[in-house]
Amino acid sequence: MKKVRFWGTRGSLPVALTATGVRQKLLEVLRAARGRTLATDTDLERFLDGLPFPIAGTYGGHSSCVQIDTGGPDYFVCDMGSGLRPFGIAAMARRAGTAGQTFHIFQSHLHWDHIMGLPFFVPAFIPGNRVVIYGGHAELESALRRQQERPSFPVDFSIFGAKLEFVHLEPGQDYDIAGVRVNTLLQRHAGDSYGYRFESKGKAVVYTTDSEHPLTDHEHLEQFVQFFRDADLVIFDAMYSLADAITVKADWGHSSNVVGVELCQRAGARHLCMFHHEPVFDDAAIEAVLAETRRLEEVTRGASRLQVSAAYDGLEIEL
Amino acid sequence: MQIASRQYADALVAAPAGRVDHLSAPGFESELTRLVAQARDGGSALVLDFSDVEYISSGGLRVLMIAATQMRARQGKLVVAALQTVAAEIFAVSRFDRVLTVATTLEDALEHCSTAALAAYRQSSATP
Repeated sequence: MKKVRFWGTRGSLPVALTATGVRQKLLEVLRAARGRTLATDTDLERFLDGLPFPIAGTYGGHSSCVQIDTGGPDYFVCDMGSGLRPFGIAAMARRAGTAGQTFHIFQSHLHWDHIMGLPFFVPAFIPGNRVVIYGGHAELESALRRQQERPSFPVDFSIFGAKLEFVHLEPGQDYDIAGVRVNTLLQRHAGDSYGYRFESKGKAVVYTTDSEHPLTDHEHLEQFVQFFRDADLVIFDAMYSLADAITVKADWGHSSNVVGVELCQRAGARHLCMFHHEPVFDDAAIEAVLAETRRLEEVTRGASRLQVSAAYDGLEIEL
Repeated sequence: MQIASRQYADALVAAPAGRVDHLSAPGFESELTRLVAQARDGGSALVLDFSDVEYISSGGLRVLMIAATQMRARQGKLVVAALQTVAAEIFAVSRFDRVLTVATTLEDALEHCSTAALAAYRQSSATP
């Protein structure tokens, strides 16, 4: 596996940067530019590169969609949130719209924010393409068909020209999919969800979102430690603070940055990428959580360092 | 894990020590259950002196939350005092500093409980 690219990183529902948010960023950029000489485009680029990410960039607002570049010709994707739409457009552009492409899509679960991208997934409309959707839910196919039924959506599922296939995966079993070893784990979430571990060419990536961790269930925690064991990257649902996750938002099916750090440290994972951001958080709030989580990792570090990052739409992580 | 405790008027002060991690959290829970019962039966507030706690995991924080809830159910107080650097940072990142009562020093914690508890502590500390 070569790299991971994030197309949608927001939890629960997509959000957009507002005019007020853009203006605030512009004001901060202009304040930072005061008194500087920015005569050339190179000067401008260098100046922007030096600004904090929440000012010069944004975490984005698409819901869950992550691409894993395995190095092979097939596409590997986790979840079909609204980020699936820009992913599909980019995939089409990359191969100049030619058909004959295969997309392996792994569904954590079938909640709205994780399936809403499929009706807008351009490659699914192209005859000659193959879209294989994997998951642990018995309702995998019916849920996707249902979201395109009237009155919820104007275009029926039958419009798709690509060959769509549905594959049921059993937790605990190893699968070889296009040369990648895939393993899935049942997670605690309303209606269940599934985490995925992908292994290929000595690299391991874990995708674990919409997953709550009961802190008294040691068998459960140990299962996840083993699932994360020595992973190069763990994409982890860190939607809430720990205090919220075990009090007012207990049983809402999500986890926290603190538990993410603990599980990754116990597992000897190398990189924790926080994912499924709380939709009410603005860029500054996510950045603050990232800074705190990095500090937490630093003060609790054992024998090896755990890299900590926060996913944003467009982020690429080399493996 | 055994937690030593002392009574100061209407406040029971307990002082855990070391690391409260996923391995020691069950023992921490047993001890805290005992201390909560002792404090409630005696009509006392419970103060946890964290000056010797090096680390606390999410499992340990959950135990604290349960203890605080049990104390509140009987209109009792639970105060965590004297957090050291690492534990203080964990409290901040987890937002537990917003849902539990945290005091900078043991004296501050006892003052939060009652004047009598603070006076008893000061008297005890002054006694050679």
